[in-house]
Amino acid sequence: MFTHNKAFQVGANFIMILLSLTCILPFILLISASITNESSLLMNGYAFFPQEISWDAYKFLLYDSSSIVRGYGITIFVTAVGTTANLLLTILLAYPLSRPDLPGKNTFSFLVYFTMLFNGGLVPSYIMWTQAFHIKNTIWALIVPSLMLNAFYVIMMRTYFTSNIPNEIIEAARIDSAGEMRILFTVVLPMSLPMIATLCLMVGLGYWNNWTNGLYYLTDSSLFSIQNILNRMLQDAQFLASGMAGEAAAELAAQLPTTGIRMGVAVLGALPIMLIYPFFQKYFVKGITIGAVKG
Amino acid sequence: MSKAGKWRRFIPFYLMMIPSLIYLFINNYIPMFGLVIAFKNVNYRIGILKSPWAGLKNFEFLFRTKDAWTITRNTIAYNLVFIVLGTVIAIAVAILLNEISTRIVKNVYQTIILLPYLISIIVVSYIVMAFLSYDTGFINKTLFGAIGKEAISWYNEPKYWPFILVVVYIWKHFGYSCIIYYATVVGFDRGYYEAAVIDGATRWQSIRLVTLPMLKPTIITLTLMNIGRIFYSDFGLFYQVPLNSGPLIDVTNTIDTYVYRGLITLNDVGMSSAAGFYQSIVGFILVMLANWVVNKVDKENALF
Repeated sequence: MFTHNKAFQVGANFIMILLSLTCILPFILLISASITNESSLLMNGYAFFPQEISWDAYKFLLYDSSSIVRGYGITIFVTAVGTTANLLLTILLAYPLSRPDLPGKNTFSFLVYFTMLFNGGLVPSYIMWTQAFHIKNTIWALIVPSLMLNAFYVIMMRTYFTSNIPNEIIEAARIDSAGEMRILFTVVLPMSLPMIATLCLMVGLGYWNNWTNGLYYLTDSSLFSIQNILNRMLQDAQFLASGMAGEAAAELAAQLPTTGIRMGVAVLGALPIMLIYPFFQKYFVKGITIGAVKG
Repeated sequence: MSKAGKWRRFIPFYLMMIPSLIYLFINNYIPMFGLVIAFKNVNYRIGILKSPWAGLKNFEFLFRTKDAWTITRNTIAYNLVFIVLGTVIAIAVAILLNEISTRIVKNVYQTIILLPYLISIIVVSYIVMAFLSYDTGFINKTLFGAIGKEAISWYNEPKYWPFILVVVYIWKHFGYSCIIYYATVVGFDRGYYEAAVIDGATRWQSIRLVTLPMLKPTIITLTLMNIGRIFYSDFGLFYQVPLNSGPLIDVTNTIDTYVYRGLITLNDVGMSSAAGFYQSIVGFILVMLANWVVNKVDKENALF
């Protein structure tokens, strides 16, 4: 290999450090704004270091605003239920498709593939979910439409089963007269944990970050996930205060650190991912690389 | 084994697939047939099925407006810029990352550059607002304030937005494509590089003559896949990042934002479904074309 010459390493590292800063500093700006005293923020503008630290925004978000805690609860519920449902559906479709001798395998595979090539788009889906399934303003609106099964992941899972689970093991289990469902859950899945972990993270991230389902199907703000609250507050900074009742609300609204609160909610929406991600980086990277290069 | 016996053996597998197939049928296939509403005069009161046919009227209305041209131009032009710039930057960073000698440091960079990709576009909108807000934004207040430049009303000035949207898109996505290219580069046989060194190649020559040619299949495949998606845009990027600002609409309106506004804000199902139909059909043709080309160039990486 090339001798690692020093000047080159310094240059390469310098560029990579600049790029890394470009990726991180915007988040610092956000966090800094959320802990800056409101009047200082209005006077001096956003800055990377808070000039006067104040935790008012977080105090309000965590103690006085029921919406945020509720929104968090909804996001966690939706992510947990949705990810579980998605993984079950993905596995239960991918496993049969990975059996080499399943009659009709190609037809079913094509039906899965085809959804990646062609789709009906928003209008027919919207009309179907609202008019036929009456999903509007129910918690299902955040879980069911479009997110519960992804052809891409089915194909990733199927490829994993075909290339990593030796057929002999499955045959052996069958000779011990275990049922197919039992084989799947006690033999195949325990051998597929790395892939399952990867999918869990990708699907979970999808649910956590999703805001379009709420935008399309929810008008009742008591069902808003954290992303929906964020989305609403982009254009209506007073949204959280308007959720409170009576005179106290008007009085409180007048002295709320509005900007800080908005930035605080944004931080709360991104924080869990930023905290969890570094520990699972390996799986995310794996999900991206196998997904993109070979479906 | 008799034919019936063979089939019976597979019954558990078919049972397993039923829930997923039902979901696919409802979530993906019914809306495909639902595309016919573009040819209908939808009236919710009497139901979609009974609504009268409108022929091509919805399309006539759509293509008679200036919007049809604007949204097509915006969707395609932004995507082209994203593809070209995104690919160049991702490859450059991937090669650079590969040249870093310390493994831990390399890992740290890799972790950091993927971070923007994982954050929701709504949070990104807040970040953009922190930079661009008129009275308190970082650029107007801190940066321009320091050099004594006049504040700019960013959310009212269309001329800056093509640039802003490209920067935001690249910022959010370059880590993702970079990691794909990096994974490919890491997989290359070290032998080629050793041979290049023996032949007296410089570092730059080995990048140009070994790495880039070996990356070609990946570049072609990813680019063609992106071209297949050229009729689709990230709704959040074009709707939320500019805060749905009216004065910017000429440079931020894409097919996806147009369909959404038509359906939800304006309640004009006819126009909206016509635009959606247009997107689905042209999008499908482009995917097929792109895949056909991949098949010709590099069969191994074709989608099907």
